[in-house]
Amino acid sequence: MKTTQQRTIWQKTLLSTATSVALASAGVMGLATTAHAQDSFKVGFVTFLSGGASGPFGVPASQGAKLVVEAINEGTLPAPYDSVGVNGLQLEMVEVDEAGGPTKQVEEYRNLVQRQNVNAVIGYISSGDCLAVGPVAEEMQTFTIAFDCGTSRMFEELEDPKYVFRTGLDAVADNVGAARYLAETRPDAKRIAGIQQNYAWGQDSWQDFTLAMEQLMPEAEIVNNQTPQIFQGSYGTEISALQTRRPEIVHSSMWGGDMESFVAQANARGLLAQATALLTTGESGLHRFDGQAPNGTILGGRGPFGGFMPENDLSEWFSKAYEEKHGTPPSYPASKAAQAILALKYAADNSDADGVPSSEELAAALKGAKFESVSGTVNMGLAGGHQAVQPMLYGEYHFEDGQAELRNVKSYPGDCVSAPDGYNAQEWIKEGFPGSSCD
Amino acid sequence: MLTVWAILIDGFIYASWLFLVAAGLTVIYGVMRILNMAHGSLYALGAYAAASALGWYYADGGDQLWMAFAIIAVCAVAIGAVTGLAIERGLLRIMYGRDEILMLIITFAVLLILEDVMKLVWGTTPYFAYQPYAAMGRINIDVLTVSRYDLMVLVVSIVIGVGLWFWLERTRIGKILRSIIHDREVSKAMGVNVGRMFTITFMIGATLGAIAGGITAPIISVVPGIGIEVIVLAFAVVVTGGLGSITGAAIGAIIVGLARATSIHTMPELELFIIYAVMAAVLVFRPHGLFGQAVARKI
Repeated sequence: MKTTQQRTIWQKTLLSTATSVALASAGVMGLATTAHAQDSFKVGFVTFLSGGASGPFGVPASQGAKLVVEAINEGTLPAPYDSVGVNGLQLEMVEVDEAGGPTKQVEEYRNLVQRQNVNAVIGYISSGDCLAVGPVAEEMQTFTIAFDCGTSRMFEELEDPKYVFRTGLDAVADNVGAARYLAETRPDAKRIAGIQQNYAWGQDSWQDFTLAMEQLMPEAEIVNNQTPQIFQGSYGTEISALQTRRPEIVHSSMWGGDMESFVAQANARGLLAQATALLTTGESGLHRFDGQAPNGTILGGRGPFGGFMPENDLSEWFSKAYEEKHGTPPSYPASKAAQAILALKYAADNSDADGVPSSEELAAALKGAKFESVSGTVNMGLAGGHQAVQPMLYGEYHFEDGQAELRNVKSYPGDCVSAPDGYNAQEWIKEGFPGSSCD
Repeated sequence: MLTVWAILIDGFIYASWLFLVAAGLTVIYGVMRILNMAHGSLYALGAYAAASALGWYYADGGDQLWMAFAIIAVCAVAIGAVTGLAIERGLLRIMYGRDEILMLIITFAVLLILEDVMKLVWGTTPYFAYQPYAAMGRINIDVLTVSRYDLMVLVVSIVIGVGLWFWLERTRIGKILRSIIHDREVSKAMGVNVGRMFTITFMIGATLGAIAGGITAPIISVVPGIGIEVIVLAFAVVVTGGLGSITGAAIGAIIVGLARATSIHTMPELELFIIYAVMAAVLVFRPHGLFGQAVARKI
């Protein structure tokens, strides 16, 4: 009995001591967190770090983002971003893998906001992830920038967005731009075929492209479209099926390793000698084809990114710094990630906040803004000021003496390739691009 | 008529690749009753090893096609045999006798571990070793062209299929393996070193997976995740043909290959669906696959 009593007293003492220590620690940690939060701004960065999209897209995007974050913290960016930090705060980047699908990404988003206590989130290559995360970001009232995903449904499904922004163009711009480039450079092409990955991105891209072709090149006939599985890798049968239809142009929205594999196989099989490939995301292979794409292959970079970046202080700094660090010029995913980080710095620096800007202050600063970036001046002019309007560029691949370059580059203004507010993108194309200005 | 020829040529070429990918999986299951999910990783390891070695060879000024094939063969056999030995001796050996489902989960864990190991070793940047594929050229049939490299894959696949048949049906080790397949315990009682036979079988199955990856490397862009994509297809083929049957894997690959080629040439939007539709249709009428045998459960 005495032993039990002693044990009870001992347990109570231990419990109260542990509670005191825990409370004290929590207090200290709380103070530490507060102090930490005051001198840094925490941003979650979500990109593919594993799976098939990581190598060509996710990792270059991560590298581009880190490069800009480091330069922001050191204050070594060119003007107008030459001040140290964002609104004077050190920028801390928490990276999350985008692999796993939309359900997992919604969980990861909640983790970032509720457990990691990030002040903003930048990310998302997959359109499915953007569609899933957008409403959650609005619900959680957290400033969020989609840097790459291309679905035109993003702002169609988000009514009156307050916290979600996209600093790149959507897939409609890619494909209207592609059709305009064909109409301008190959107006006599009559037989058009396609090969797209069999999921939303590929299906939407082909739909937008064929609708635009009906308007811009009504004489051209769509002879075939192949829909291989994403990450299939081998396209022998699809190439045969395309060859039997004798196309003059082969449109493809395939990206990354799939796109590069298709080009290498189609070139070896002679398809690309019979037809010209039009690759809407082909810029990511510009410095990787190594001559495996024939000269004259049409490449897009989803806007003025990667090899299509205009010459300005920011793009020159970014290209030089990226190549020095990673041994290759930045591809378009790297540039787009860099642009999103610059948008965050612009919003924070212009938020007039004292200390860490709130999501509301960041959103108010970026909404409808025009900010300088590696791609030139970005106009957040669509979706009520939440979506960037930028030019769409296409050019032809040329490889000579071991060097790849873009030739015959043509630029189409944002108003020429993007549906104005209030329009469903497909209806806008079907009605003949009302309100578009291509001068 | 051109489309019919295209379907036949493409169907058999794709079937040969499917058989290469599935052969090792079905050999291991046939002898060891292990559904080796890590087979996809062995395929990916073979592809990475071959692609990086070919990259060095061509970057160093190499241009001999026979040398490229020698590099693919040596890399694939070496990495397949060594990894297979490590997995079997280091992990599976202590798990023998457990439930088939548990073994499946264990090999799935190995698949996930190896996926990350590959990322650590090779990173996430795609590897491109197209030179042998491009150098072999093509044969023209009207507007249709057939890659000589693809035809070589078909020949390699036939050689490996005949070789496996000969090994299992005409050699002493093959007879011993068949006795193990029939009754593991009686074979042991008759003096067969079952453990050693398992090691040999797993190494051969693993090497076949790596060879499939090595041969595929010049056709594709080698990226993280290719092993996981391939294992799903390989399962569809071996389940259609009958788990554990080499003949079944060959017939299953031909059926799936021809069905897929027909779909791509006539109804491309059904390409994904058709492979699994064929598998489902076969399983409705033959639940153990075309050449699979129902096994009585020992009590």
